[in-house]
Amino acid sequence: MSMDVVSSPLERGSGAGAVVLTVNGQVHELRIEPRVSLLDALREHLGLTGSKKGCDQGTCGACTVWADGRRVLACLTLAVTCEGREITTIEGLAPGGELHPMQAAFIDRDAFQCGYCTPGQIMSAVALLEEGHAADDAQIAEWMSGNICRCAAYPNIRAAIRDVRGGAAGGE
Amino acid sequence: MRPFRYARATDADSAIAMVRDHRDSAFLAGGTTEIDLIRQDVLRPGLLVDINDLPLSDVEDLPDGGLRIGALARMSDVAQAAGVVARFPVISQALLLGASAQLRNMASMAGNLCQRVRCSYFRDATSPCNKRDPGSGCAALDGFNRGHAILGTSDKCIATHPSDVAVALVAVDAVVHTRGPGGERAIPVDDFFLLPGDTPEREHPLEHGELITAIEIPGAPVARRSVYLKFRDRESYEFALVSVAAAARIQDGTVADIRLALGGVGTKPWRARHAERSLLGQPAGEASFAEAATQELAMATPRPLNAFKVELARRAIVRALATVTSGDGR
Repeated sequence: MSMDVVSSPLERGSGAGAVVLTVNGQVHELRIEPRVSLLDALREHLGLTGSKKGCDQGTCGACTVWADGRRVLACLTLAVTCEGREITTIEGLAPGGELHPMQAAFIDRDAFQCGYCTPGQIMSAVALLEEGHAADDAQIAEWMSGNICRCAAYPNIRAAIRDVRGGAAGGE
Repeated sequence: MRPFRYARATDADSAIAMVRDHRDSAFLAGGTTEIDLIRQDVLRPGLLVDINDLPLSDVEDLPDGGLRIGALARMSDVAQAAGVVARFPVISQALLLGASAQLRNMASMAGNLCQRVRCSYFRDATSPCNKRDPGSGCAALDGFNRGHAILGTSDKCIATHPSDVAVALVAVDAVVHTRGPGGERAIPVDDFFLLPGDTPEREHPLEHGELITAIEIPGAPVARRSVYLKFRDRESYEFALVSVAAAARIQDGTVADIRLALGGVGTKPWRARHAERSLLGQPAGEASFAEAATQELAMATPRPLNAFKVELARRAIVRALATVTSGDGR
């Protein structure tokens, strides 16, 4: 497909250009192409490899991060569209090295086997509680359905979420 | 993924002008289908015009009891808007039964209407597909078409329209408002979706550069009692095999007002007008519901792999009508 000449002052070329991202409260200036996903920007350009690439097509939820506090899929988000938005990744949950209660609950409840989906599960789970969509197991299951766990650790994931919802910091 | 240029529009006029001026350009809203299909090499835009900064995200109550939903309002926000929940539960339910929490936070309402089909032959970027590559043929006709449509099909395309909320919007006579190079216009939502016919590549009556600005829903007291019923292969985060949007008003035991639309079975969100005509004035009950379903599905063209949808749709229609006409509040 032919490339039109740049005709608007708003338009960026297809090559690498400056993109300013705010991730976990820190401002970064990257040189990336418009086609770079937020997930690739985080993993390949910023070294934040907590967010995982499972399907890269919006099916599995392993790349779940927050944009302006809402859970979204980093694989279907272009990094360039995130200028001016606050991005939070799993690394931002434990900035001082002290685990977020949800992270602690996942460990306590053994809410994973291989662990690949876990960062996305946790980013979704914390958002789930913020949204108020964790009234019971059925609601947790429905509102966590965008995070697939092929090891099927779902019962333990729900247990971890229940613990944090109930304020049981270290589980039972 | 192929490279493309990018522009973040600051106002609607410049967004429209940028898309109009570039044949290979497209608007970018939530991107949940668009970025996916660009990565799959199904879509090949040279320029994406990002419209997410445009002030088109409000959900407003209209004086007649209707709603004006901004084109960029996100599915999750619309689903919980007070006016939607109270006056159009069918819309809220359809939204919450679609996609996942993450996708609903991203996807815009207008983008939902413009989402592309889930036909695996369309999405694989290599099979014959008249929608992706006009004139190349349709691999789904004799392929794996279990999820494909039984209503509104043609010998060029049998892909199912995948949206849930569009089914609800068709049921309540929503109107799509656009602004484009030729000015503003209002398109009844049923006309916004085109049957595949001989031109399955043309899905909407939009000009290149025409931007959806809002979806308006006229006041409809009947919709206060409405339901969206969805059947699928798994209980969550899956497209419909069959879905039904239904609203009804029963007076003295007979059907005084009825809105019925089907998802998962049509090449477009399917307003079940034959069923509605059959029901109006009839006693509300399983017999009239079943007769209406039979009449609507009489024109179905099932194939061996998706023939089950006819019976599933019949039962789903009966159950949705029974649900929406049961209990108090008639």
